[in-house]
Amino acid sequence: MFEYGEMNHSAATLAPSGARSGARATERESVESLQARIRQMQATRLDTRTIPTHPAIAGLLPGGGLKQGVAYSVDRSATLLMALLAAPSAAGTWCGVVGVPEFGVEAAAGFGIDLDRLVLVPHPGGQWLAVTAAVADVLGVVVTRPPRRASDASVSRLTARLRQRGTTLLVLGPWPQSEAMLSLSESSWSGIGQGNGHLNARQVTVTVTSRAGRPRSARLWLPDPHEQFRAVNVQREAYRQEAAG
Amino acid sequence: MNATRTIVLWCPDWPITAVARVRGLAADAPVVLIDGSVVFACSAAARVEGVRRGMRVREAQARCPQLLVFPYEQALDIRSFEPVLEAIEQTMPGVQLLRPGTCAVRARGPARYYGGEEEAALWLLDALDALGIHGSRVGVADGPFTAEHAARLPGRQRIRIVPEGESAEFLAPMPVGLLGQPALATLLRRLGIHTLGEFSRLAAADVGARFGESGAWLHSLASGRDSRPVVARTPPEQLDRVVEFEPPLDRIDQVTFGFRAAADEFIAELVCAKLVCTAIRIEVDSESGDVSERGWLHPRSFTAADVVDRVRWQLQGAGAVDSGLGSGITRVRVIPENVDAIGNHEEGLWGTGLDERIHHGLSRVQSMLGHGAVLTAVLGGGRTLLDRRTLVAWGDRPTGGKPSSQPWPGRLPTPAPSSVFEAPRPAIVLDAEGATVDVDERGTLSGAPAQFSTDGTTLLPVGAWTGPWTIDERWWDVDDSRRASRFQLVDRAGVAWLLMLDGGHWWAEARYD
Repeated sequence: MFEYGEMNHSAATLAPSGARSGARATERESVESLQARIRQMQATRLDTRTIPTHPAIAGLLPGGGLKQGVAYSVDRSATLLMALLAAPSAAGTWCGVVGVPEFGVEAAAGFGIDLDRLVLVPHPGGQWLAVTAAVADVLGVVVTRPPRRASDASVSRLTARLRQRGTTLLVLGPWPQSEAMLSLSESSWSGIGQGNGHLNARQVTVTVTSRAGRPRSARLWLPDPHEQFRAVNVQREAYRQEAAG
Repeated sequence: MNATRTIVLWCPDWPITAVARVRGLAADAPVVLIDGSVVFACSAAARVEGVRRGMRVREAQARCPQLLVFPYEQALDIRSFEPVLEAIEQTMPGVQLLRPGTCAVRARGPARYYGGEEEAALWLLDALDALGIHGSRVGVADGPFTAEHAARLPGRQRIRIVPEGESAEFLAPMPVGLLGQPALATLLRRLGIHTLGEFSRLAAADVGARFGESGAWLHSLASGRDSRPVVARTPPEQLDRVVEFEPPLDRIDQVTFGFRAAADEFIAELVCAKLVCTAIRIEVDSESGDVSERGWLHPRSFTAADVVDRVRWQLQGAGAVDSGLGSGITRVRVIPENVDAIGNHEEGLWGTGLDERIHHGLSRVQSMLGHGAVLTAVLGGGRTLLDRRTLVAWGDRPTGGKPSSQPWPGRLPTPAPSSVFEAPRPAIVLDAEGATVDVDERGTLSGAPAQFSTDGTTLLPVGAWTGPWTIDERWWDVDDSRRASRFQLVDRAGVAWLLMLDGGHWWAEARYD
């Protein structure tokens, strides 16, 4: 299993770093970041594996990404939902959308969700919980919107099922046992004026509130002018505003 | 070589008869079937009004305004002729299908059995009248060519018999166009040969030298020496299943339960024939005489439970699972529409597991909610957001979408809105004075939007706006035309809306949230 060549090589790279003390701090940082990445990819327990998550949002989530087998709650924004779906869908996961008849398919395709692997159940009616559970049995990521508050017993049954199947549930609206709650604020559109232009790009502050720890937030392009999601470069924006002002 | 005595049965305007039977139209309705933009077939009532085959649809509609126009489907023609062939096979064996609406039978056997060619022809017409197909005609002659033209001869007589050996005299006055070769017919007319009789008087060797083998063959047809035998068709193996309910059942669960055993046999028989079925057609007859007919597809192949599900969904329509039916069901029939060798559908040992599991899970949801409840989406062309997306039930293949490769001027700039309402919601848009904003014929606004509401209760101030973007669709069609103006509005909270002004009313079409 162990290759001597590899060992010698790593020893060789460590030796000069010991000699130069100035580089030690940066190296420790990189080692820490690498360890964090290993922790993220390698599960300590079975239920903490993560699924591919957009890098702009992954840093805000507890555990560094969307976890398998747990529920997340998303407050109102369909674009934020699509930002969460885009990365797993691009990686080949099947996604399901239950009880969201107004889900904009064209926007989803534009943001990189593969429509061939997207299943819609727009009107589950009174059986939404059973339908969500049945869809969650077979698909990797499931979006649902509860038409009413579910009973605690049925929520914990669904949670157990998610954990068993390793399905990530994204709930539009509040959810009692959610891992984290994602919400938008300070949304500002660009490209549109008073009777001219058209909606082009939007900057928002995405806030993630989890059960443990303080809320984390970041300024994101959701979407940017090329229908991509990315973090806002705050310094550049400040400079641009100064130049404009 | 002697020609075979042949009986040819001809049902005039078969495509029209087929459509009228399937759609339940009156026999005297003016109907045309179109192929592209040209009339392919027309009913007798339409013909009286001056509609002709090959005419443009618009011209036909101008001559007969109450005309019913349907697209021509060849599959429907063939399918609906099948019961006719079966009925004939019960009267006399050995039927050859020449084309839908026309078939040939060897005359010798039936003539001997029924005691004469005319008697046999009368039996044939009786069998068709019993099926409710009136106006069919029979011709008896040497060879199918002569017999068919005897049947098609205008006049009131329904049976024409050309005595043995008199085919040449019978065909002599007919035009050369009947040979079915327009190029040859034109050439013959230029050579001064207008009738089949004149053509047959040419020496056979000369015709063979000038027009080759096919010309020689047509020459022998024209001289009444039709050497084609009647090749009886092999009746196809019956793989369909029919269940009759007596007394009629009026509950869906009873019907599906009653059909379960038949579905098992249906699949078992297919398996015996080393076939799997990827498409079926279900016909349901009800007590009130309604026939519901629909094709169902399967992404892989049908199992017995899938067939029962399809029967239930077809009965259900939009109703709930345990709801009653409008009238009792008397008969359910399942026909395999598309079969394939079973070897092509055997599962591999590895690699197909995931899709299988997904399909089973989603089929379960379909059996809970109905076939159309689980959907996949395909993007197409169009201007409004609802036009651009096509939702396809799980397992079906997409149909009817417009091509997205065309430019579609007037469509929205990217990014597309993330929430598209299923039905546009009524909205209010006011200018600074509190009057509703309107757009005139030339696209000028009555005032800049200052406040708007999409829920009918709270008025929100407009932060930014743009528009109007005019959509002018199908202006050539009075019923279907549409002229609307679209706007994008952003409220102070940063939520953007796509609003539409259509006929003086404001609607919220979508939201960028």
